Amino acid sequence: MEQGVSISTIMKKLINDPDDVVDEMLDGMLAAYPDRLRRLPDTQVLVRDDAPVKGKVALVTGGGSGHEPTHAGYIGDGMLDGAAAGGVFSSPTADEFEALIEACDAGDGVLAIIKNYEGDVMNFETAIELAEMEGVEVDSVVVDDDVAVEDSLYTSGRRGVCGTILVHKAAGAKAAAGGDLSEVKRVAEKVIDNVGTMGMALTSCVTPEKGEPTFDLGDDEIELGIGIHGEPGTERTDTMSADAVTEELTEAVLDDLDLDPGQEVLTIVNGMGGTPQMELFVVNRRLQELLGEHDLETWDAWVGDYMTSLDMAGASITVCAVDDELKELLGASADTPALSQ
Amino acid sequence: MSGDEPDGDGAAVVAAVEAVAERIERERDHLTELDSAIGDADHGGNMARGWAAAAEAARDLDDPDPQTVGKTVGKTLMSKVGGASGPLFGGSLVFASAELDDGIDAESAVAFAETYLQKVEDRGDARLGDQTMVDALTPAVHTFKKSIETDELPPLEALAKAVDAADRGVAFTVPIRARKGRASYLGWRSVGHQDPGATSTLYILEELLSVAADRLDAEVPDVDATSPTIPDDAEGDEEAEPAEATASDPEDD
Repeated sequence: MEQGVSISTIMKKLINDPDDVVDEMLDGMLAAYPDRLRRLPDTQVLVRDDAPVKGKVALVTGGGSGHEPTHAGYIGDGMLDGAAAGGVFSSPTADEFEALIEACDAGDGVLAIIKNYEGDVMNFETAIELAEMEGVEVDSVVVDDDVAVEDSLYTSGRRGVCGTILVHKAAGAKAAAGGDLSEVKRVAEKVIDNVGTMGMALTSCVTPEKGEPTFDLGDDEIELGIGIHGEPGTERTDTMSADAVTEELTEAVLDDLDLDPGQEVLTIVNGMGGTPQMELFVVNRRLQELLGEHDLETWDAWVGDYMTSLDMAGASITVCAVDDELKELLGASADTPALSQ
Repeated sequence: MSGDEPDGDGAAVVAAVEAVAERIERERDHLTELDSAIGDADHGGNMARGWAAAAEAARDLDDPDPQTVGKTVGKTLMSKVGGASGPLFGGSLVFASAELDDGIDAESAVAFAETYLQKVEDRGDARLGDQTMVDALTPAVHTFKKSIETDELPPLEALAKAVDAADRGVAFTVPIRARKGRASYLGWRSVGHQDPGATSTLYILEELLSVAADRLDAEVPDVDATSPTIPDDAEGDEEAEPAEATASDPEDD
């Protein structure tokens, strides 16, 4: 990857110092939402301004930065109570996760929503054990919706990607409606059991630290099955039309989910950070046609940047089978910086 | 940490932590080199940063007991090392330190070692033969326990045998294939590489031994690596595990 980096691929960035980028991003978020969010002192943890919220199971998450609006963008009514931000593409440490859990617990228990990456899982699990020693009731779910790879550079098992947003949404609605910890966990797992995602990249992303593409993708190449850290996908191919890409991603997800005809689904066409909305809607158009061809019923279709990979151009497609319960929860009101309905 | 101080001496533990920090700093480039072959080349830097901060935090404690030192060092490693090593080296230390309520003696040292191993195994979901730090830790902990409980050796000699077992455990990581951690992504290409986490585990144990010997004003006992003690009862099955793990290795895939 070192070869082939020309001057034109060394990106201009709106950053001051790579070491400060997460810290300054969090301060900027606080400045944008001063009445919604607050930052725990000496941490990179953001929580609801009114945390801990009495009489409600708390929902917490976290992970590397660079996936905005994931994670802190989903803090608010009907979704998360707080989120820990790690360095760019690296897990928060266990002590930060522990501070997050303890700050959000109002005595009704905490559900940790963990994306399946080795560092996230190990640090979160350590934090949970420490918080339990402090008397907090904590349970967790691990999201592994990426159908592209079984094991990857950063995981054993499948990676957790954009389907996580639906876990935040459904579990958040259940918690807001007064569900206890086991009920909130049950609906989180119901989403996890019924959701699949696959992504692709048109370009690499550029991390602030390196200042150059993290992998080398030729002008006429795309990468299928990409994760959200610029890690290798399953297949590198020649560029294809939007429709052909959409077919590849959709078929892979539907293959994995193996849904019955007539099944209702929620879909997400997610931008990876550097993709114009125009292109996302072009993808969504073909996605909805394909679902029709498979006799699947679209209950709701989301299009936008939900979980990104810095400035990567590309998209992921998420399909989640929904029943009456999930429709009620996923359709319930939410009021967060990144998602309101 | 099996120093013979009757009521457990926090100062000895602080000295051990300082010795570990210095050793890791000296071996920083070597650890990074090992990690760059199979991982992301950050083990040396992350561990050196973490242990330096841990030594500083330990020094700042006012006349601490061993448990307080253990928890402080563990929490500092957790917050400064990052990645997977933070919870593995630091988190496990926090939990194992709970065994040191009454200071350090032979019995609590065994309990500490067993809890530490258990936490590393659980957190990393790794077992013997996965080419991880567990390969150094397991023989060390089993040997220490047996030396204390069955062979009734003095703690310093038990620790020396444990270090020797860890040393052979590190060598055992070379010819096997990684099944956990970043290196497992390499599949068979991980064969032939010494695991960095097992290596740093050995360095930590070596420094504990050296500080313990210092405190007791004793020489580090000479352990004959080529003829490990054969147990004279039926309790010797731990010793058989490395051979089994090697034998079963090529079967998957």
